[in-house]
Amino acid sequence: MAPTDTSNPQYFHKVVDCQWACPAHTPVPEYIRLIAQGRYAAAYMLNWESNVFPGILGRVCDRPCEPACRRGRVEEKPVAICRLKRVAADYKGEISHYLPEIPKQKNGKRIALIGAGPASLTVARDLMPLGYHCVLFEKDPFAGGLMRTNIPSFRLPSNVLDEEINQILDFGVEARFGHEVKSLKAVLDEGFDAVFIGTGAPKGKDLDIPGRKEGAANIHIGINFLTAVAFEHIHRIGRRVVVIGGGNTAMDCCRTALRLGAESVTVTVRSPRKDMKASDWEIEEAEQEGIPILDNHNPKEFIVENGRLVGVRFEKMRAEYVDGRRKLIPTGEEVVIPCDDVLMAIGQENAFPWIERDIGLEFGEWDMPKVDRVTMMSTLPGVFFGGDAAWGPENIIWAVAHGHQAAISIDLYCQGKPLSERPAPGWTLVSQKMGIHEWSYSNAYVPERRVAVPHADKAAALRNLKVEVELGYDDKLAAKEAERCLNCDVQTVFTRSLCIECDACMDICPVDCINFTENADEPELRDKLRVPARNKSQDLYVSDVLKTGRVMVKDEDVCVHCGLCAERCPTGAWDMQKFFYVSPQASPACLTHLNAYIR
Amino acid sequence: MSYIQKPVAYHPALKRNALGLTHRDYEGSMSTLCAGCGHDSITAAIIEACFELDLPAHRIAKISGIGCSSKAPTYFLGRSHGFNSVHGRMPSVTTGANLANRDLIYIGVSGDGDTASIGLGQFAHVIRRRLNMVYIVMNNGCYGLTKGQFSATNDKTSPSKKGEPNPFDPIDLCQMAIQLGAGFVARSFSGDKRQLIPLIKAAISYRGFAFLDVISPCVTFNNHPASTKSYDYVRAHNQAVDKLDFVPEEREITADYEEGTTTAITLHDGSRLLLHKLDQSHDPRDPDAALMTIRKRAAQGEVATGLLYINEAQQDLHDILRTSDRPLNSIPTSELCPGAAKLEAINARFR
Repeated sequence: MAPTDTSNPQYFHKVVDCQWACPAHTPVPEYIRLIAQGRYAAAYMLNWESNVFPGILGRVCDRPCEPACRRGRVEEKPVAICRLKRVAADYKGEISHYLPEIPKQKNGKRIALIGAGPASLTVARDLMPLGYHCVLFEKDPFAGGLMRTNIPSFRLPSNVLDEEINQILDFGVEARFGHEVKSLKAVLDEGFDAVFIGTGAPKGKDLDIPGRKEGAANIHIGINFLTAVAFEHIHRIGRRVVVIGGGNTAMDCCRTALRLGAESVTVTVRSPRKDMKASDWEIEEAEQEGIPILDNHNPKEFIVENGRLVGVRFEKMRAEYVDGRRKLIPTGEEVVIPCDDVLMAIGQENAFPWIERDIGLEFGEWDMPKVDRVTMMSTLPGVFFGGDAAWGPENIIWAVAHGHQAAISIDLYCQGKPLSERPAPGWTLVSQKMGIHEWSYSNAYVPERRVAVPHADKAAALRNLKVEVELGYDDKLAAKEAERCLNCDVQTVFTRSLCIECDACMDICPVDCINFTENADEPELRDKLRVPARNKSQDLYVSDVLKTGRVMVKDEDVCVHCGLCAERCPTGAWDMQKFFYVSPQASPACLTHLNAYIR
Repeated sequence: MSYIQKPVAYHPALKRNALGLTHRDYEGSMSTLCAGCGHDSITAAIIEACFELDLPAHRIAKISGIGCSSKAPTYFLGRSHGFNSVHGRMPSVTTGANLANRDLIYIGVSGDGDTASIGLGQFAHVIRRRLNMVYIVMNNGCYGLTKGQFSATNDKTSPSKKGEPNPFDPIDLCQMAIQLGAGFVARSFSGDKRQLIPLIKAAISYRGFAFLDVISPCVTFNNHPASTKSYDYVRAHNQAVDKLDFVPEEREITADYEEGTTTAITLHDGSRLLLHKLDQSHDPRDPDAALMTIRKRAAQGEVATGLLYINEAQQDLHDILRTSDRPLNSIPTSELCPGAAKLEAINARFR
């Protein structure tokens, strides 16, 4: 293998599994260390820079970081990254002095943002400090989009939403609430310099099976139901409720139904349990509240008697896997679940009836707009997409990431620069050595298991829709959980010219990831390491040829970043260096305050 | 010295031996030796050898004298028996332990000072008595614990770190061991685990006195450019006379070797050593030839390493003394002590 090119920041970036997996590339280990030090405001601001909504995401993020977390490969469970983020938000105190200055003198450019969800709000946050004038269009009377309408308040209280959304609106965004855009052309005619569309995937899928029309009064589309509950248009539900669907919306629906007074709530899923789309932790929470989840149930008919819904007929399915592809095969066995109300949470779709098809904005497959993967621009110059509106349902953190990219593009577009000239990421790599065997990070490995998050009293939580179920960590629990972080951003950096090949690092490494061996091509090299490197998603760090003709090969997979290789190295050929990586944004203003709170 | 504990986390795909243990289960406490010390590599090789031999740690006793080397047993086999004895007296303590309990595996760890100076007499006599043990010298040519003075094994051509010349000729412990009748004599280098691990496995499996002289650079005092015990020097002048494969008793010999180049030597326990000759003039079963190889190489400024000499038929101390097959410590006092009446009868014979 060729020696690893560590001058490319993406090599070390990839070693920081959580940051790499986060669409917004939040510097996770850095903020976890700040939490461990009790510097909650700094931890919050570091999050805010990257992901804009730390308090919200600390509760309801899809957490792509956690399945990626190296801790999960070393022991059973990853670090509770998401819940630590919430701690930063809960304990941050006053942070307004850290927020960027908004120029009084505007730059003369006006940007329309359609839909007040996380994508549009991110664009506004990134552009306001540059002097743009942002106009936000929203059909509902509040900002937040699906974060407000589709996530129940027992998971995400409205005051948390208000705080982080208002932070952005208070930058001076011109918000037009209750203003549903019915024509993109009309917006374009207002003469905006750029338009961003972040209208989400607002249409819940329906189920066209017998009885749908007859039972319509008691058959609801999940997201519409959740919206109606959020805006307090619905206050109660039938005694027995069936929820159809296996995603997170289904989990929110069933738990909401329970809180509206349903006596029995049943979730049914077409697929086997292990293929359910909902996050494990959301399934767990629903089950802890006593909601049964029946898998392999395919709805066949809504049974309506005397004009009233009385149940749902299901056919049981069996999954077969051919060449890794799943096929659901009917077993012929039928089940009827009696119920008074049905909530359908079987997916969401985009809907752009308000975009004229003759204005130069091309649509492609599945009637979705053609959007550039990098620039977020549609085929109509100056019109950008992001969030679920771009490529269908994703999640909040992806919407934020889209927002950052769209803001960069809009800024370039408004200055007449090519959208391909995107700013480069910023990064530093600095030794953490403080003395002999002393590092500026806590390198000891703590064999603690993941700390459970305390919950509110179950009976009280089930009585009231607004009681937040999770109480969050307190400072002590947070400090304990924070110590589980392996500090993957503190990199093991190898300097070939200093190595005397004494084997000390190889001998001390607790996870046998360091090797001195003859070079070979990657598959062979992976195979012949002390512990073969089977996890191909993790890179090998290969040095140039050493004095004995061998090379140093480190398998990054389960390195616990304890620094013992560097401590046992007599010549300093190994050093622990902190890699700090910042994703580019339109405005450096959100990043310039970094020094104020990190130091 | 590191201030943190070695992480308990280990690679989830780590190999397990017949006892279901990983090599991490054979570790000891965290080393307090200098970073990069060759002794830590030897430690790692002992751990690997015991792991590969599927040895239960509680059947091993590790015994040492005084010095950097003699600290090392703390850093391997944390669940074994251990005795850190008096300077140069490791052989006596091991002899006593071995006589009381012949069933344990004895790994004696000593240094060049502990063996070639203060303990030279003990070294000579434990070999002469053919004690069943593995005697490992971690040989760095200096007194690392007391600021790096020359030891008796330092080459005459090798000055101190500050440039002070060494006025005396070295003691070659391997030559002495062969002359004194050791049945298994090998030399290796801490920086060459591929050679060292099979040698340690063979030495452990050998019944009788097995001697291993392991050159182990002192990174702090004896790893300078003029030293003959530095990593660079030993790598450049290391001449392996043979390559050893250790084949445990239950395993078949699968590899094909060219005839005439490979000798199979069967040990007491049925395991075999496959010796691939690298130096055709070397015969490891002939003590004179072995001595010749060492001397010839040394005269050329080279270090002969590998299995230098082996006598697979040698008797050990218990054979010679015709001691009980049962370890003395497991024989009850009633059997061990003939009683007052018997003593009286014996004494009566001399009256």
